[in-house]
Amino acid sequence: MTHSDPSPPAIELRDVTKRFRTPAGSVHTALRRLNLTVAPGEFCAVVGPTGCGKSTTLSLISGLEPASRGEVLVDGGPVRGISEGIAFVFQNDAVFPWKSVLANVAAGPLFRGVPRREAVEQARDWLRRVGLAGFEDRHPHQLSGGMRKRVALAQSLINRPRILLMDEPFAALDVQTRQIMSDELLRLWELTRPAVVFITHDLEEAIALADKVVVLTAGPGTVKATFEVGLPRPRRAQEIRFDAAFVEMYQRIWESLRDEVELAYARTAAAPPSTAEPEKETL
Amino acid sequence: MSTARPDTRAVSPTPHAGTDIAEPAEAGTRPRRRRLVVNAVRFVPLVVFLGGWEVLARAGVLDPFFFGQPTRIAAQVGDWVTGGTEIGSLWTQVGVTLQEALVGFAIGVVLGIVCGIALGRVRMLADIFGPYIKVLNSIPRIVLGSIFIVWLGLGVQSKVALAMVLVFFAVFFNAFQGTREVDRNLVANARILGASKRQVTFHVVLPSALTWIIASLHVSFGFALIGAIVGEFLGAQQGLGLLISQAQGSFNPNGVFAAMVVIAVIALAAEGLITLLEKQLLSWRPPQLSGADL
Ligand SMILES: Nc1ncnc2c1ncn2[C@@H]1O[C@H](COP(=O)(O)OP(=O)(O)OP(=O)(O)O)[C@@H](O)[C@H]1O
Ligand SMILES: [Mg+2]
Repeated sequence: MTHSDPSPPAIELRDVTKRFRTPAGSVHTALRRLNLTVAPGEFCAVVGPTGCGKSTTLSLISGLEPASRGEVLVDGGPVRGISEGIAFVFQNDAVFPWKSVLANVAAGPLFRGVPRREAVEQARDWLRRVGLAGFEDRHPHQLSGGMRKRVALAQSLINRPRILLMDEPFAALDVQTRQIMSDELLRLWELTRPAVVFITHDLEEAIALADKVVVLTAGPGTVKATFEVGLPRPRRAQEIRFDAAFVEMYQRIWESLRDEVELAYARTAAAPPSTAEPEKETL
Repeated sequence: MSTARPDTRAVSPTPHAGTDIAEPAEAGTRPRRRRLVVNAVRFVPLVVFLGGWEVLARAGVLDPFFFGQPTRIAAQVGDWVTGGTEIGSLWTQVGVTLQEALVGFAIGVVLGIVCGIALGRVRMLADIFGPYIKVLNSIPRIVLGSIFIVWLGLGVQSKVALAMVLVFFAVFFNAFQGTREVDRNLVANARILGASKRQVTFHVVLPSALTWIIASLHVSFGFALIGAIVGEFLGAQQGLGLLISQAQGSFNPNGVFAAMVVIAVIALAAEGLITLLEKQLLSWRPPQLSGADL
């Protein structure tokens, strides 16, 4: 957001292309010439039709996968392997089922060599912050879906990341819990102010949370449009939806997203995949 | 060699500490009554079987000379316990066999886990050693037993080696498969959280593969006993296998069956211990996962 800031962007993708080799032996292009910049402390939401390469984008930023072409920069430096200072809340549950809640949250610091006593102390702190004090000894299967997401959040944030990647973190939750979690996420985000890339299918959620919303095209994904969300902070995700500016924003972004969603749907509903891959013009 | 599915033997259906323990009266009496019924009914087939056998033997339908007779089998066990066997005290024989089985089991399990995880984690190793493992696994174990006796003599070592080989393959294939089935998401999560390769192995791969490994332990202690006894059968100076082969040599079916009873008791006790271990190590699993307990 702060354009006067001389420091490099937290995340920068330059002309990134990602291809996968499919089991059949052919090559599948998941991302094509994607450009994306996220400033330090900026909250960026990414929306796009299913299968357009959103999760792939995050795996490139985190260093779990290398780009096929183009540059991925984190804090100005190229990404090689897993980058330091990054946290990732996965699309699927990824807390360790054999560790207690406390051990799950303390895992990050312990992996990084923080003494056990201190790691446990920090973990208790974070559990309190996400409202899970008293559940330290439970195992993940003894928690609700929403509670597990909070464990995942605490587990990620305890490492005090400079960059937080979230892949549809609340998709599996019911609407009420999702709104509560949105508010909670904003509150926690204010604590450490990492740069965030937040993937979602829920446009309302995207606008309520983010400083900017990026719309990706139907696969192969590339940026179709970027929208700055000028809504003032601190926000309350539950109330901001009724704001006139919010509604207007929603309509603009939906206009842009709708074509892509329909295109993606037509492709999967219609005959063979990857035959017709019309080049999308980027805005 | 079996690669048992991990969920074929799951943790007990007893409720977890900290889970739903509301309505203790309801939850308490029902399983208790159920357990009583199970225990009572459990003995019916045994009684029918042994009773029928005894009656048929006495009536002369089954010739006791070939088929033995439950009461005489019991008497034989009693004789061994009080008076010892032809080759020395019964406890010595049990001790020798148990020692061979346990040492073979321990070495086989450790090697199986280490090799299984190593080959499961490092693709290169799997590609290089895969064919060898398959070839070795296809050798009939009884042949190996003979070879070990030639190499290692009639003492304890040849039996330990045979037990070890039997256990190794069972555990190896389960550890290998378990390692390959590790949730990639969990590995990715651990790496992002800052885990080194080693830490991923110990904090993610091993606990996750443990479900598979422990499932294999149930089978493999049986294999260890088989290894020890077959080894003794092929040639030994002491042990339950030798006891069986001597009883066989002197046309004493009661002796063979009596040795089987002793072995069964050992196997049951070991099974109980392994189930306890399983409950300890896999306490994190949801109880719904557990089906029938064997
Ligand atoms: N490892 C892989 N090998 C082959 N193809 C892959 C691989 N990972 C992803 N893809 C393909 O790349 C495309 C983008 O996948 P990705 O998971 O990034 O989609 P997404 O935008 O996150 O979808 P969703 O919203 O449904 O989660 C998909 O068509 C997918 O089939
Ligand atoms: Mg995805």
